[in-house]
Amino acid sequence: MHLILYDDKKMNPAKLLILLILLFTPLLSREIRVRPDGEVSTLNAALQLADDGDRIVIDGGVYREAVVVEKSVEIIGLNHPLFDGEGQRQIFIIRAAGVSIRGLTFRNCGISFIEDRSAILIDGAQDCTVENNRFLDNFFAVYLAKSAGARIINNVIRGQAASETSSGNGVHAWYCKDITITGNTISGHRDGIYFEFVQNGLVEKNHSEGNLRYGLHFMFSDRCRYLDNTFRQNGAGVAVMYTKNVEMHHNRFEENWGSAAFGLLLKDITDSEIRSNLFLGNSIGIYAENSNRLEISGNDFLENGWAVKIMSNSMDNHFSGNNFIANSFDVATNSRHNFSRFEKNFWSGYRGYDLDRDGYGDVPFHPVRLFSMMVAQNPPALVMMRSLLVDLLDLAESVFPLLTPETLVDEKPLMRRRP
Amino acid sequence: MNTTTVRIIKFEFSDVLRSKWVLIYGLFFFLLTETLFRFGGTSARVMLSLSNVVLIIVPLICIVYGTIYLYNAREFMELMLAQPLRRRSLFGGLYSGLVIPLNLSFLVGVGLPFLLHGVERTAHLQAFSMLLLAGVFLTLIFIALAFLISTAYEDKMKGLGIAILSWLLFSVAYDGVMLSLIYRFSDYPLEKAVIALTLLNPVDLARTLLLMQLDIAALMGYTGAVFELFFGSIMGAAISLAALSLWVICPMWLGLRQFRRKDF
Amino acid sequence: MITITGLQKRFGKLAVLRGIDLNIAPGKVTAIVGPNGSGKTTLIKTLLGLVRPDSGTISLAGVSLNGDPSYREMIGYMPQAGKFPENLTVSEVLRLVKDVRRHSGPLDEALFEQFQLAESLNKPIRTLSGGTRQKLSATIAFLFRPEILILDEPTAGLDPVASAQLKDKICRERDGGRTVILTSHIMSEIEALSDILVFLQDGKVFYNGTLAAMIHSSGETRLERAIARLMEGGDAA
Repeated sequence: MHLILYDDKKMNPAKLLILLILLFTPLLSREIRVRPDGEVSTLNAALQLADDGDRIVIDGGVYREAVVVEKSVEIIGLNHPLFDGEGQRQIFIIRAAGVSIRGLTFRNCGISFIEDRSAILIDGAQDCTVENNRFLDNFFAVYLAKSAGARIINNVIRGQAASETSSGNGVHAWYCKDITITGNTISGHRDGIYFEFVQNGLVEKNHSEGNLRYGLHFMFSDRCRYLDNTFRQNGAGVAVMYTKNVEMHHNRFEENWGSAAFGLLLKDITDSEIRSNLFLGNSIGIYAENSNRLEISGNDFLENGWAVKIMSNSMDNHFSGNNFIANSFDVATNSRHNFSRFEKNFWSGYRGYDLDRDGYGDVPFHPVRLFSMMVAQNPPALVMMRSLLVDLLDLAESVFPLLTPETLVDEKPLMRRRP
Repeated sequence: MNTTTVRIIKFEFSDVLRSKWVLIYGLFFFLLTETLFRFGGTSARVMLSLSNVVLIIVPLICIVYGTIYLYNAREFMELMLAQPLRRRSLFGGLYSGLVIPLNLSFLVGVGLPFLLHGVERTAHLQAFSMLLLAGVFLTLIFIALAFLISTAYEDKMKGLGIAILSWLLFSVAYDGVMLSLIYRFSDYPLEKAVIALTLLNPVDLARTLLLMQLDIAALMGYTGAVFELFFGSIMGAAISLAALSLWVICPMWLGLRQFRRKDF
Repeated sequence: MITITGLQKRFGKLAVLRGIDLNIAPGKVTAIVGPNGSGKTTLIKTLLGLVRPDSGTISLAGVSLNGDPSYREMIGYMPQAGKFPENLTVSEVLRLVKDVRRHSGPLDEALFEQFQLAESLNKPIRTLSGGTRQKLSATIAFLFRPEILILDEPTAGLDPVASAQLKDKICRERDGGRTVILTSHIMSEIEALSDILVFLQDGKVFYNGTLAAMIHSSGETRLERAIARLMEGGDAA
């Protein structure tokens, strides 16, 4: 622009005016107010009037319109304006970059079996923000497709999922990168947060509870970080697949209980870190299948059915500094072969002693009970749980290991629970 | 129950209570439960640990104590049988006079700490009731078995040996057979057979009923689902209750039959 | 009148009673004697229903025993060694027996007083000496003024004073018209107490008659000798 200005030898007033307008557009950005009884009574009307960079303030009211945002605007709700899909329409589609949507309520976009209908679809738009909104009873709530830099922050997302086929995900991201999902509360959807082909995402401080299937579900989503989230009482817990370079720190996986529920299911996950998480009261704390080079440390496994179930096709995983407390089974596997290392964990089932007072037990701990091997081979055998016979067999096996993996052993079990 | 039986129960009751063993038994459960609460914390954990003890200790103590008790009651029986009363009344009176204090002792021992500390969730209340019910039934059953054994064998040491063997049979050997069957026929759907086998052993039945309450069912996958379906249904509950009751009635009936023919 | 016919009982291979036929006269003291293992105690216990006979019948005053326990209201029994629930006190045992007996009418507490059992009333049985237990046992046998008294070695373990008191009591009851059946190994006691002697050997009645006739027929003056003669004769026969 400056180039144009100075290169132009003849400067006429009209040109100058246009230039000035162009130049000061950001400063002159207008604010358009939408009220049900106002001059502008629909968001579509406001968008017609708006230019890139304008701010649209919606002051209360219920709006029953489908909106396609193709201008880079800021849409802000005051006094809880509600967009009602009446069970029959996609409510917002955002196709422009830098759009931000704050303070709105979206309700009932309705179920569709043909399209992935949602309250907000961000479709190929960069750097959009969805913040402090409420989503009630939608099929999908926020759907991100081929969008980079999106920020989904502090939204409340509540569905009424009845069955997996008739419900969509809370936050759904497909082919995205550099996205941030922070501080949302998500419940009653199929999956709370779903990532497919997402790169470099940050999922932080979300609370995903009571979703029909998974609290968090991702696949093919490398280099993503999951911090300080709570995944609680979801139908099948959390399942993550076909991904590398994942970081999961300080999350809580709680009370995902059921015959096919997992605190955290890892399938084909490699080169990742799972640190300082809490696994409390899950049927299975961590289930790992074909997952390699995982650093699993500093986690608390409390009162799970199985704290860790690791299949023998997983290799070079490293479990250290974890607390295993009051789980029905600490570690289970499906073979005598083991290619993972356990060291310096605390095991509440450990009965050894520490004569040299170095804080580590002098006797190695075998966390795999014979009974858990038997159950792995033959699930109905679990009905024998807490039978005296089983305790005796376990005792015999711990003295003369014949069937449990010899190398799956913690040579230096902690004597005290790691704080 | 006739008045003579009631009188015998009354006297046995004070006799048994005064023998201190019953008080020690109750104290054991009280201290155990209390300790578990102090160290274990949550009521679910306490119940889990306690159910292990109940399933092992209650049958063992009851069958051993019951056998010894009846051998030691020989004089009392002779004294009573010289009086105008029926053997059935005496047998019933002896049984009730032992079973009632033992169960009271158990219920108070386990129940008091739970009353003091409370349960966290109402779901636990149900599991707790099941724990108490299991304990009570195991007491009824294993005292009945003890009565059968000590009426069947004159020799005290022999009877005691048989009692301990029976306990091993119910607590360990039976499970060994069951486990090997589960293995041998692992290609077949075994759930119903396993349920049937469970019904045939009171210890396994009590254990399974407790497991179902303690949410272990979810760990069992499909098997657990089948089990929950059975034990969760009214029909299943009725069948379980009937099976447990039969385990009281059959040994008592056989025992009484022998007792009536017995020479003193 | 107690009538026993064809009574047989075996414990396993051992035939203890091998066809006993016996009438026990009312108002008399009948002593049952015989060597160890001759079946005395077993016979007494069949009378009480403590032992079930293999065959044969017992009838009391013409009514045969059929399992109804009420006939035992007529019987007072003192076993060889009176044992009681160890943790009950004397008074509780007495109360228990009274409760079970449901006896109406006055109790016979003569022995209770003579034996001075009141001193031991609140003591648990386990603290009592063997003699005191026997005293309690005897007291209970006489307590309900039964028609028939069955006493199995009544004086064994009693001190001489108590023993004499008990023997006096037996005589008084006999004089009062009650039927007494007793066993003993002490011949002088039998001589002093009994009217009729029943001698058992190898599960059979070997002699049944009055004491006087027995001594007379043997040509001895002492019962002990007479019985020894009888046994020798039995072996010969």
